[in-house]
Amino acid sequence: MSQETGLRPCEIARSISIEVAAKFADEVDKSGRFPAEAIGAIKENRLLSLLIPVELGGAGASFEVVADICSILSQACASTAMIFAMHQIKVSSLVSHGQQSVWHRQFMSRIAAEQLLLASATTEAGIGGDLRNSICAINIFGDRLELEKMATVISYGKYADAILVTARRNAEAASSDQVMVALTKEQYRLEAIGDWDTLGMRGTCSEGFKLVSNAPVQQVFPKPFAEIAAQSMLASSHLLWASVWYGIAADAVTRAQTFVRAEARKRPGSPPPGALRLAEAISMLQMVKSNIVAGLDRFAVAQKSEDELMSMGFAVAMNNLKVNVSQTVVQIVNHSLLICGIAGYKNNTPFSLGRHLRDAHSAALMISNDRILGNTSNLLLVHKHESGLLS
Amino acid sequence: MSTTAERVRGILNQHAKLSADARKLEETADLYAVGLSSFSTVQLMLALEEHFDVELPDRMLNRRSFESIASISNVIDAVIGDRVAG
Repeated sequence: MSQETGLRPCEIARSISIEVAAKFADEVDKSGRFPAEAIGAIKENRLLSLLIPVELGGAGASFEVVADICSILSQACASTAMIFAMHQIKVSSLVSHGQQSVWHRQFMSRIAAEQLLLASATTEAGIGGDLRNSICAINIFGDRLELEKMATVISYGKYADAILVTARRNAEAASSDQVMVALTKEQYRLEAIGDWDTLGMRGTCSEGFKLVSNAPVQQVFPKPFAEIAAQSMLASSHLLWASVWYGIAADAVTRAQTFVRAEARKRPGSPPPGALRLAEAISMLQMVKSNIVAGLDRFAVAQKSEDELMSMGFAVAMNNLKVNVSQTVVQIVNHSLLICGIAGYKNNTPFSLGRHLRDAHSAALMISNDRILGNTSNLLLVHKHESGLLS
Repeated sequence: MSTTAERVRGILNQHAKLSADARKLEETADLYAVGLSSFSTVQLMLALEEHFDVELPDRMLNRRSFESIASISNVIDAVIGDRVAG
C-alpha cells in the first residue's frame, strides 16, 4: 500500500513491471491468457483506485500519474498496461460523472475497498466500433432494469468484477440517445459468442459475449452517455491508450539502443550500422512523448471548463493525438527491429521485438484511425485550426 | 419575416436528420435526445452559416450551443448582433 510503504505509485508500478509483468509477458502473449499475476499485484498494491477521491477510499491521484503508470507497465507487458488503462478510463468516467449519485459514490468506495476491476461493453453486433450508437435498450420494470446486449468485444470480460454497459435509454429512444449503466458481477451473465486469438494484445482477452443483466435502476449514470463520452471517455481513452503505446515503443528503443551499444563496444572506432537509425527512432519517440505530454496538459486545462472539454478544438486535438501516436509507434518498433536484425526477429532473445510489433499494430485499430480521421475531417469543415505556436 | 427560431426549425428538418419534426419540438427540447449526432451537428452548422450568411466563431462550436432550438437561435442572434455592432 502506497501510504504504508511510503513509495510513490509510479515506483510501485515500476517494481510490479520489472518483477511481475516482465516475467510473465511472453507466456501471457504466447498462450493468449489473462495476466493474472500482474493484475493481482496491481490489486494488492491498490493501484486500481488511484483516481478515486480520498474521501471514498482511493488515492486521489492525478490523471498524469495514471498515464505515467500505463507507460511503465507497458514497457514490460502491453496487455497488462492496456487492461490497467481501460480500467482507469472507466474509473475516470465514474469520478467525473458519478459524484452526484449516491449509488455511484458507494460503488467507488467498493472499487477502492475491494479493488474491483472494471470492464466495459460499448461495441455491439450490428453497430461495430461506433460506440455512440446502440441497438440494445434498457427496459425498466418498476425499480429494476433489464438489459441484453450482444457485445462483440468485452476486454477481460471474464475476469472483470463489474462492467459499464451502454444502451439506448429505453425501447423507443433513438440509437444515439444512450445511457451507461454500471453492472456488478452478480448482476449479469456472460455467454461467449466470440474468441480472442489475435495478432497482438493477446492477454487482454477481448472476447465477445452476450450479456444478460437485471439490476436496480439507480445504477444508470445520471448524465447521458453522449456527455460522458465527450467530457471524459474520449480524451481519457486516447491519452491512456497513447501512454500504453508509448511504453511499447520506448521498450523497443531501449532494446535497440542496448543492441547498438553492444555492437559499438565490440568494434570501437567504427560506428555500428544501426546507430543512425537509432537516432531516427529516438527522435520519433521524442515526438510521441511530447505529443502525449502536451495532450495531458491540454486535458488538465480543459477539465476546468466544460465548454472547452466539449469544444470541437479539443476533440480535434485528441483525435490527432490518437492517430499520430498509433501510427508513429509502429514505425518506431519497425526501426528498432531493423536495428536489432535477426536477434530482434527471433523470439526469446534479449532483443526480441515480435511481441512489440504485434502489440503496436493494435493501436491503429482500437477505434479505427480511418473512423477517427473521418470524424476529424467532418469537424474541420467548420472548426478553424489554431495556427499559433503557443496558443 | 419569420423569426430566427422558425428558420432554425426549417434548417433542422432539412439537415439534422432528427427522429422528430423540428416544427413540433419545444424550443428548449434536447436535440441530442431526438437523434442529433456529432456528424449531423457539423452539417447543421454549415447549413446555418450558409443560410444566415455568418461565420460561427470557434468558441461557439461546442455541444451546448447546439443542444436546442433556443440555444442555436441565441448563437445565431449573437453572431448577427456582433456583426451589426462591429
